[in-house]
Amino acid sequence: MNGSPHLHQPVSVQLVMLKVLVALVPGIAAYVWFFGAAILVQIALASAAALAGEAAMLRLRGKPVGLFLADGSALVTAWLIALTFPPIAPWWLTVSATLFAIVVAKHLYGGLGQNPFNPAMVAFAVAIIAFPALMSQWPAVGFTDFAAQLGMIFKSQSPQDAVTMATPLDALRTQLHVPEARATVAGILGSHASFGNIGGKGWEWIALGYLAGGLWLLQQRIITWHVPAAFLATLALIATGFSLASPDRYAGPVFHVVTGGAMLGAFFILTDPVSGATTPRGKLIFAAGVALLVWIIRTFGAYPDGLAFGVLLMNLCVPLIDMGTQPPVFGHKDSKKERKP
Amino acid sequence: MLATLFKFKGGVKPASHKDESTQTPIAPAPLPPLLVVPLRQSAGGTPQPLVKPGQKVLKGERIGAPEENFSSAIHAPTSGTVRAIEPRMLPHPSGLSAPCVVLEADGEERWIERVPVDYAAASPDALRDLLRDAGIVGLGGAAFPSHIKLKPGAAGRIGTLIINGAECEPWISCDDMLMRERAEGIVRGAAILRHIVSADRVLVGIEDNKPQAIAALRAAAPAAGIEVVPVPTRYPAGGEKQLIRVLTGIEIPYGRLGTEFGVQCFNVGTAYSAHRAIELGEPLISRIVTLTGNVERPGNVEVPIGTPIDGLLKLVSPKADTDRFIMGGPMMGFTLPRTDLPVTKAANCILAASPALFPPQVPEMPCIRCGACTRACPAELQPHELYWFSRAKNFGKAQEYGIFDCIECGCCAYVCPSNIRLVDYYRFAKTSMRALEREKTASDAARQRFEFRNQREEREKAEKAARLAAKTAAARQAIAGAEKPAAAVPAPAQTAEESAPALPQLDEAKKALIAAAIARAQAQKEGVQPKNIDNLVPEKQAEIREIEARRAKVRELAKTPPEEPV
Repeated sequence: MNGSPHLHQPVSVQLVMLKVLVALVPGIAAYVWFFGAAILVQIALASAAALAGEAAMLRLRGKPVGLFLADGSALVTAWLIALTFPPIAPWWLTVSATLFAIVVAKHLYGGLGQNPFNPAMVAFAVAIIAFPALMSQWPAVGFTDFAAQLGMIFKSQSPQDAVTMATPLDALRTQLHVPEARATVAGILGSHASFGNIGGKGWEWIALGYLAGGLWLLQQRIITWHVPAAFLATLALIATGFSLASPDRYAGPVFHVVTGGAMLGAFFILTDPVSGATTPRGKLIFAAGVALLVWIIRTFGAYPDGLAFGVLLMNLCVPLIDMGTQPPVFGHKDSKKERKP
Repeated sequence: MLATLFKFKGGVKPASHKDESTQTPIAPAPLPPLLVVPLRQSAGGTPQPLVKPGQKVLKGERIGAPEENFSSAIHAPTSGTVRAIEPRMLPHPSGLSAPCVVLEADGEERWIERVPVDYAAASPDALRDLLRDAGIVGLGGAAFPSHIKLKPGAAGRIGTLIINGAECEPWISCDDMLMRERAEGIVRGAAILRHIVSADRVLVGIEDNKPQAIAALRAAAPAAGIEVVPVPTRYPAGGEKQLIRVLTGIEIPYGRLGTEFGVQCFNVGTAYSAHRAIELGEPLISRIVTLTGNVERPGNVEVPIGTPIDGLLKLVSPKADTDRFIMGGPMMGFTLPRTDLPVTKAANCILAASPALFPPQVPEMPCIRCGACTRACPAELQPHELYWFSRAKNFGKAQEYGIFDCIECGCCAYVCPSNIRLVDYYRFAKTSMRALEREKTASDAARQRFEFRNQREEREKAEKAARLAAKTAAARQAIAGAEKPAAAVPAPAQTAEESAPALPQLDEAKKALIAAAIARAQAQKEGVQPKNIDNLVPEKQAEIREIEARRAKVRELAKTPPEEPV
């Protein structure tokens, strides 16, 4: 068929994905500044693995390889995997997790547009369950020795204690979980070397980088305000409530919002259109649900951060959320039932 | 006073490209030697031809009568001779053919007697009939008969009359030029329409990218107390429902007329032709058509209805790389199957397309549910959901999600980053659903017919049985009456029969009938001859005869009662 419209806006999936990648750049720049160039190596590893996996799967599925490889969606997945993994993780972990994301989480479900789960979060969940120790080794701020980092990534050299450090969330959780320590949030935050002004040392700047990129995506109308606003607001609201009630045991809203994967998640992960809700109200419910799960897992769970599990659990609810939040159609606002047969 | 403007959700802002065709005034198109006037040019039925081949007609003479009240009359666009009344291809996406009056122009342009009517002194009913008989239909593209839209609806009265001069589709400028050059006629037409429905106010909505049209109408308007309201330029602001929403805040749902909500909307061209019809006595026999796109001299021409499009195109010289022609605008128009088709009342624009102006379709990517379509949809639908349902032929769900509220404006497909031809999917789903609906109606009717026939047969059988019973009873009565006094010893069986009611007799008769039927079937079975034995060798035929004989014997044996086991 060659029906109307005969006009098309100069947009493409490729352009959308490219803009998402560009928006990640400020955060990545801050990452390199504080933690060295290792993250760039991880991004390169994940990108290569994603493109190779994507090409192989497209060929197997008999899809046009060039067309789909150029859409950039595999690269977005790869970059998000690299940014959520420890920068000094061994190369095979990044590569295998990325391949798992592309092959299993994306293509076995039908490829672009069909995956019910966020592929990057599937990769993270699989890696943290299979290799919890490797996924908990994070570099200390200032450890920017590129040669040593390369050694860890490619030769699996054991990191020295001096160069790794628990993440702020991890430190807070472990110390609060030891009852006899009688630690308070304020005490831990004040004493520990990994804490900066408002969140983790260095991490808070990376989070601000993501925030800048995310705001640009909003301005470009690639994403809408619903998901980031609902996620950050809900997370902050819960944290405020609990920290007001018991300031010694619960971290405050600012800490939660700028720490861990919160900012990256708010603008780049939860906003994945394929696996997220699509209606305006659905987006609010989806993002608020993730925020609630993130806070619960961070506070009471066994894992330092809850973003991956929060997102995957809410991905499961998306069809139901979308079905229940269909907005009224033009002309049917006051009689929504009339439309339903 | 400035009216408060409302907003409609969604919409897009493609480049307007209207300046190309507004540089020169509206030019009259030359009269072609042969005109093809389709009899069906509006919603509703097909008007019946009022002329015969060979008949001479005058300009403006009625050649097609409106069928009942749901279509609009058709007139001769010029004086001449009717050459034929035959099916011809219409400008329609499917290349549909329908009856047309083929008229050979005599070049004299002799008019019928034109009778101006003083609308202020005429009753609304009389004016509606005049509009119907003058063939006035919506000139914005839908060609809906105007007199139907002017009937008062459930709301009782049409309080607000809207004159649509928004013209939101890119490239098209026929309404713009009409407003610039003939504002007074439009205002007079609006006054007539207002008189018919006795509206409180008349609002003329014009997109704010047409300052000259706004100025022209404002200059003409005060006399008639008509308010000209510039509306923000955003496609599809000229969609009837969108313009009503912007100007009044009222949302008209799918399948309802504005009259039910006390508001009605007419295109500026329609208002202008209403003025010509009532105040000049001239029926709708021409319209302004924009000829633009990939042409050397774009512009607007006033074209007699029925003029072949290819003749018009010669006026503007399409460039060499033109690959197709679109009737209507680039957002909602359709590619013409051929160019030797006539201009109809609905033809507002002929757009020459080239690969450079309208790049060919790029391959569709999968939907990534990005929601760009939802944000662009003026009907506030979820286009990506409708796409999934249409694709999966899940028509029930598509309907539940409001596919029939889709106005096919094309905004969703325009913004889709995956280049999905969304509107094509919706058209497919709607067409399929309408076909299913037709099938269902047809099968329902068939079932009803079948059930009715069964009922009738039952009834006839019962009546026949009753008649038979009555007849038998009467006959027996007669026999009994005749025999009783004479017969000394009546047969016991007869007595029993006589005392029994008619029904057991009927049963007896039925039993006999059944027995006879069984006997006939048996005979038929026995009479069955072996087939395909003609061209066999004598040995085979002998073998078959033998087998047949054995079979006959078996049948005989079967008929005799079985012997007691030994």
